Amino acid sequence: MQTKRSIFTNRWLPYLLLGPQLAITLIFFIWPASQAVKSSFEREDPFGFRTTFIWLDNYTRILSDPSYLNALGRTAVFAVSVTLLSMGFALLLAVCVDRVLRTQRFYTTLLVWPYAVAPVVAGVLWWFMFNPTIGLLPHILDWFGMDWNHRVSGTQAMILITIAAAWKQISYNFLFFLAGLQSIPASLSEAASIDGAGPFKRFWTIVFPLLSPTTFFLLIININYVMFETFGVIDATTSGGPNQATMTLVYKVYTDGVIGLNIGSSSAQSVLLMGIVIVLTFIQFRYVERRVNY
Amino acid sequence: MFKTLLACGTAGVALFLGATSAFAQTEINWWHSMGGELGERLNAIAEDFNASQDLYSVVPSYRGEYEESMVNTIAAFRAGEQPHLVQIYEVGTGTMMAAQGAVYPVYQLMEEHGNDFDPSAYLPVVTGYYSDTEGNMLSMPFNSSTPILYYNKDAFEAAGLDPETPPATWEELAEFSQTIIDADAASCGFSMGYAATWVGLENFSALHNQPFGTLENGFGGLDAEFSFNGETQARFWDDLKTWADAGIFMYGGPAGGPDSAPAFYSGDCAMYMNSSGSRAGVMANSDFEVGFGMLPVYGDVDGAPQNSIIGGATLWVLSGHEDAEYEGVAAFFDYLSSAEVQAEWHQGTGYLPITQAAYELSQEQGYYEENPGADIAIEQINLNAPTENSKGLRFGNFPQVRIVLDEELQAVLAGEKTGQEALDSAVERGNQILRDFQAANS
Repeated sequence: MQTKRSIFTNRWLPYLLLGPQLAITLIFFIWPASQAVKSSFEREDPFGFRTTFIWLDNYTRILSDPSYLNALGRTAVFAVSVTLLSMGFALLLAVCVDRVLRTQRFYTTLLVWPYAVAPVVAGVLWWFMFNPTIGLLPHILDWFGMDWNHRVSGTQAMILITIAAAWKQISYNFLFFLAGLQSIPASLSEAASIDGAGPFKRFWTIVFPLLSPTTFFLLIININYVMFETFGVIDATTSGGPNQATMTLVYKVYTDGVIGLNIGSSSAQSVLLMGIVIVLTFIQFRYVERRVNY
Repeated sequence: MFKTLLACGTAGVALFLGATSAFAQTEINWWHSMGGELGERLNAIAEDFNASQDLYSVVPSYRGEYEESMVNTIAAFRAGEQPHLVQIYEVGTGTMMAAQGAVYPVYQLMEEHGNDFDPSAYLPVVTGYYSDTEGNMLSMPFNSSTPILYYNKDAFEAAGLDPETPPATWEELAEFSQTIIDADAASCGFSMGYAATWVGLENFSALHNQPFGTLENGFGGLDAEFSFNGETQARFWDDLKTWADAGIFMYGGPAGGPDSAPAFYSGDCAMYMNSSGSRAGVMANSDFEVGFGMLPVYGDVDGAPQNSIIGGATLWVLSGHEDAEYEGVAAFFDYLSSAEVQAEWHQGTGYLPITQAAYELSQEQGYYEENPGADIAIEQINLNAPTENSKGLRFGNFPQVRIVLDEELQAVLAGEKTGQEALDSAVERGNQILRDFQAANS
């Protein structure tokens, strides 16, 4: 077993090398995060003239607010469906591209494009396609007798942001899955196929288990993506509506803090959100990682 | 080596000194939210002012939409980097007014630094909105607007309606819409921006002389409560639901209703209600003849139509700068108040002429004869002397309340609540927001 420990002759060199990373973490994470924790215990007017320390009032208010609990539930549904959809599709596409030998590069380039699109631009794109007035898809759905209006129907709005958010992440997942697939030695599959295993059997018993480190990594990345980065997509397509149907936790932090200027409540919400993500990541490392073969 | 450095240093210092003497003018920073065409017109105002004298230089900079520039200003103030002047939308008035240490009230600025500034030159409906209870003007009116009705004359003609007569009541509006749909002249009757807020509740209440909140709609103090859950307002929201189901009304989304304008431009909806400041956009985007009307009212409500209320933004002066700079701000305000500048801004943008002189100048110039309907907004806002219910609204945290209203109207349209239930719940949630604001500001 190779040891990870390196020996430094100079006592200070390791600290020096760690310095930049520590400084960045301190300035861009620890400091703002501690500010958020501090202001989550306060009530403050927008300009910051009067600040009152109010202990846990912000938290008790949030946790007894039905609209927050609502957002919590919706975020869970949203996170699970986006992660499943984007990872499932990406895996399917990666398997397909992996089987093509000659035009692989061409397909890969094509499939990676969506990742280069900024979230808000992606949102606007979907806004156009599903726009009840000028969009193409509602028009087509109308032929089949389906009435699309996500301005009023919460379920439809949820479907819209799920598709839009998943679409954005498929490219990223695809790249990792493809790289993972290509690092699996072909000899293993060939041996199985000589033993008479069909393509599905080979995939589930050999390929998929060997992909588990990639899958695990993507699972964490995707959950974080849904929790934080889908903000742009939601802002451009539904703005959290109708009637809070697409109000996820991160979007609620924004509406209450930036538009509503309710800094205390917004800070408390971001602290809770941070806690939720930390717990989720911990659970994943503690329990899911055990089933991963490196 | 040392000599070269020295030479460079001297050259640098000389350059620096030269640069400062060339820009000895006092710089005044002006943050605003006017993008596109409106932004260019705003820049032109600043350039003309800079060219008119050589003591001050007004530097405008675009800081995003109204919500964003308000947030940016607050953040800048907290960091001590605030601009001299900032354009804040009318919804933020309550918040700005309560920020007493941050704001340098305009009346005070003009007393201390200006020369014979006359606030009564401004239209009372506009100044009333931005004055404290003693009648002192706190911010400088700039771009004010009020919602009006735009309609498609071609569709009216195709449906056999008189293209010169817009509907005056909601009853007529529903009837006209049905006629238009039956005649296949358009697939929907009407749509509107700010359906749950500025148009469909705030102006609706003012036009029907219904209270929006206690204490003169919030003008009287921070302990005001909402009271917009009256029978008339509830009836309107219920009607909107009925009309939406019948295809007469198309909901264009929350806030400004992003889908409303395209529906009107494309000819899908025959009528459209939104800001008079949308006039330029409507004219540029529609290839049919556009008619203008006032917002409809219920024919059986006594005293309606009362008068409409304004929206748009004003310029706030922020505290914490040098006296010399405030002299410049006052000089700029004097310039901005001139009839020529105001008339040009009004005619170029569709915003209201906010001084009496600018309105008269536009009349003299024959602007309203050449552009029929351009004065409908002014007429509507001056229909009657404003009452306690129709002079405007002033509530803290109002942007948050508007979000609540959008949500509640959506619940009505989705069939989850009746108009009364939705408004009752909006009052309850809104009052909670007001109490938070009160607690944070007293």
